[in-house]
Amino acid sequence: MVWDWLPVYFEQLLGGLWVTLQLVVICAGFGMAAAIPIGLVQVTGPKWLANIALGFCTVIRGTPLLIQLWLIYYGLGSVFPSIPGIRESVFWPYLRAAYPYAVFAFSLSVAGYVGEVMRGAFAGVPKGELEAAHAMGMGPFTVLRRVWLPRALQNVFPTLAGELVLTLKATPLAATITIQELFGVGTQIRQDTYRVYEPLLLIAGIYIVLTGIIVLVMRYFENRIPRPASV
Amino acid sequence: MSMKTSDGAERVAQVVPAVEVGNIHKRFGDLEVLKGISMSAHKGDVISIIGASGSGKSTFLRCINLLELPSQGEIIVSGEAIRFKSGNDGNLHPADVKQVQRLRTKLGMVFQSFNLWQHMNVLQNVIEAPVHVQGVSKAEAIEQAEDLLNKVGLWEKRDQYPGFLSGGQQQRVAIARALAINPDVMLFDEPTSALDPELVGEVLRVIRGLADEGRTMILVTHEMKFARDVSSHVIYLHQGLVEEEGPPKKVFYEPDSERCRAFVSSIH
Repeated sequence: MVWDWLPVYFEQLLGGLWVTLQLVVICAGFGMAAAIPIGLVQVTGPKWLANIALGFCTVIRGTPLLIQLWLIYYGLGSVFPSIPGIRESVFWPYLRAAYPYAVFAFSLSVAGYVGEVMRGAFAGVPKGELEAAHAMGMGPFTVLRRVWLPRALQNVFPTLAGELVLTLKATPLAATITIQELFGVGTQIRQDTYRVYEPLLLIAGIYIVLTGIIVLVMRYFENRIPRPASV
Repeated sequence: MSMKTSDGAERVAQVVPAVEVGNIHKRFGDLEVLKGISMSAHKGDVISIIGASGSGKSTFLRCINLLELPSQGEIIVSGEAIRFKSGNDGNLHPADVKQVQRLRTKLGMVFQSFNLWQHMNVLQNVIEAPVHVQGVSKAEAIEQAEDLLNKVGLWEKRDQYPGFLSGGQQQRVAIARALAINPDVMLFDEPTSALDPELVGEVLRVIRGLADEGRTMILVTHEMKFARDVSSHVIYLHQGLVEEEGPPKKVFYEPDSERCRAFVSSIH
């Protein structure tokens, strides 16, 4: 094994790592924010909104992320330039870059998967606890904020930790649309140095460490969540 | 009620019932489970509602704070009538949701299955509604909650989560939680039916203590002896109608209804 390239590419690798972490955190954040209403409307209705949310989850979960990413980047990305005047607008620098498309695609993916998780989570909160909240005079928004959502999250926290790990491991797909995240940097090192395995092994090792950190952090929080009664 | 004033003139003081419900009907599709029930609870009354399973007693109690929407009838809480509009599902819906939220804080509800919020510890359960519904300061709410937990004998459990408590303890916390909103009337929906027999006593003791304090309470129960001993008024429901009602002595020992006599005979 030859590792003499490592010092040369160290800074680039750090940069790639930073991009990967950004992608995970931002997309998990946006995705989660969208997943809550997507899960909620499937439990509360109205019916037509529930159907839209269900359709969205089905499409996202039923198609490869790579195809979604390419459709958004090459599809949407080629529609925007044809809009007159857009090249002169303030949005153009963003629309021209690959990064926003990756964030959009990954966020949609997280929203689809976690939306389905949240549907089950909301439905799984015992009705009696919600009734108790209503009976205390809480309005619907207070019930959601103080009881329904925290109880739902409590039930699915381990699943959400798993989704976060899956999101991390989906980010290498961003390299296919020119984003120099961790895997992208690794690919570049392989092309530059003709070393086949060492960069891959290094990158895989970094992903394992990142996964380990996510698991440990999430477990720390999981252990702080009180165990619900088994009644 | 009439009162003699010092100058001897008789004056009629209008006493507003804490809760008054009139002619409540409830239909589930074709099935009519409540066929016109009226009741009023004055300050200090302890009203027990008894009856066989399926007689509609829980449904009736849940109509009072609109956990169940009645199909017909009127509900007046502390002199304020709940404003309704008819929905296309055949039920009455609140015309003013804010009004219902406000009136619900005058009614403290205790459920058969406790329904404590599992993500909050005991103290958080008790201060939740005062702080987040009634806008009481947290310090004040905690002070009051500790008094209430003392009263139900669970002060030392205030940092525990419901999952670590026995059923009887959970129900006592639930009673403290309902008392914390300072309600005019306490509603109990079969508060001991989900408990192991050896835990029933501790919950009944707490409820009896509330009765002795002069709390206004409406209680759906299967505990006949308890209903006989603490109630000022007993209502026996049969198939969605009031079959017999009156003071416990009458309902339990001299009922007019043959069916009621058979039902209460279990305690003799």
